[in-house]
Amino acid sequence: MADATPPAAPAAPPPKRVYRHRLPARIWHWTNAVTLLVLLMSGLMIFNAHPRLYWGQYGANHDPAWLVIGATEDSGFLRVGSLRVETTGVLGRWTDSAGVEKTWAFPGWATIPTRYSLADGRRWHLFFAWVLAISLTLYMLWTVFGGHLRKDLHVRRAEWSPRHIWHDIKEHARLRFPTGEAAARYNILQKLSYIGVIFVLLPLMIATGLTMSPGMNAAAPWMLDLFGGRQSARSIHFIAAWALVAFFLVHIAMVLLAGPVNEIRSMVTGWFRLPEPKDVKDMGA
Amino acid sequence: MSGVVIPRRRLLTRAGGLVATAGALPLLAGCDAINDAPAVRKILSMGEEMNRASQRALMDRNALAREFSRADLSPVFRANGTRLPPGADYAAHAARGFADWRVAVTGLVARPLSLSMADIRAMPQRSQITRHDCVEGWSAIGEWTGPQLATILKAAGVRDAARYIVFRCADRLGDALYYESCDMIDARHPQTILAWALNGAVLPIANGAPLRLRLERQLGYKHAKYLTGIEAVASLDGIGRGKGGYWEDRVDYEWYAGI
Repeated sequence: MADATPPAAPAAPPPKRVYRHRLPARIWHWTNAVTLLVLLMSGLMIFNAHPRLYWGQYGANHDPAWLVIGATEDSGFLRVGSLRVETTGVLGRWTDSAGVEKTWAFPGWATIPTRYSLADGRRWHLFFAWVLAISLTLYMLWTVFGGHLRKDLHVRRAEWSPRHIWHDIKEHARLRFPTGEAAARYNILQKLSYIGVIFVLLPLMIATGLTMSPGMNAAAPWMLDLFGGRQSARSIHFIAAWALVAFFLVHIAMVLLAGPVNEIRSMVTGWFRLPEPKDVKDMGA
Repeated sequence: MSGVVIPRRRLLTRAGGLVATAGALPLLAGCDAINDAPAVRKILSMGEEMNRASQRALMDRNALAREFSRADLSPVFRANGTRLPPGADYAAHAARGFADWRVAVTGLVARPLSLSMADIRAMPQRSQITRHDCVEGWSAIGEWTGPQLATILKAAGVRDAARYIVFRCADRLGDALYYESCDMIDARHPQTILAWALNGAVLPIANGAPLRLRLERQLGYKHAKYLTGIEAVASLDGIGRGKGGYWEDRVDYEWYAGI
């Protein structure tokens, strides 16, 4: 009855807080952040020992490589298939912090340790591989049995529609993110990328890593068949690692764009402040 | 609201960039200091023990490394490590076709042996086409022929007290002769052979002539070349620097190289 007159502009209500990330998710998130960084950097060290990738059961210097990072007399290059890119200064030929020119593939600032040591890179890699495997196993169990999958990651039928997914992609591309109650839940792109990382990419990293182990090959020869040989497994391991880096970059970009303080705080304390809906005029536009 | 938020975001991004740049140099030095700390190295080396224990638990002690067909052979079998042992002694042996080469079998054995290449070729032989995996990451497939180490250990009568087999080599790297070692499970594994032939021809010098170890479930540096001695021991203490191998002693490669 008295609704005809719009209410006078009220004082902004305090932003609504929701408990979005439970403790296991927060612990795994930060454990994983450290673990994957160490695995990536020590992995690049190991790659430096033989910066060539092959397909099949075998592959060494005399065999054709589909990816090479190398150096010529005065330059560094990356070759993928028949595509060759000059990478002097970054890959193949670069200058370290003491001003000394080096010709190994990935530069010291990207590797663990920063100087060349295959042995130390392997020590870091093979220890943190255990951290990853154990923490991922526990997290998968919690995700499936602790309700994370059902409550947060489960893709509802309506979300599967191509129209809905395309809509979400467009909204993300325009940097328009959900607000209000909608922001309390993961959107379809988040769900798919988190499921992809937890249940596809990370298990793939572990499986391809194990397929490079001559001991594991004796224990489980079927893994060689699954990936098409040890050198194929090594190539897939490398590609999947960069897929994780790509996920990381998009993830960080989204955190920065969605409000880094609120996002990071929620991954520390669990409490997320819901972004306010845009005002009415914007909504109508 | 967005008008306020975006500059703050930019500011944060820029500040982050500055911190990252300023922090980079000490950070890198800090990383290497962490890498070198004895306590850290001790923790990291737990990974090796977990790999050894879990692989030993998971696999049958006689589980075989995959064997391939001749069609799978690497066109060129890459050689690595020592390609030509230095010294006149080895050169003289090579000139005589290793006719006088001897391999001593010593340590905790009932009957120490001194085997000639003729003795070794006269034993029952095993041929296997397997993949050689270098710790660096490359692999090559080759066909190896030679007697099983188990045959030699049996002939020498290895005592129960023996826990490791040490492999002595003729190639000197820097200040010491190369050596390696393995446990009795790998020593008695059916594919653990002393190879004198590669791809149906006499083993080339670059690949370890006249005799090299094949330890098929472990990485390449375990496969000692230019073998001069096989020694059964109860402990690796006091051999080399005590870590069980030339590279294990010097750069901290894993003794258990199954991964």
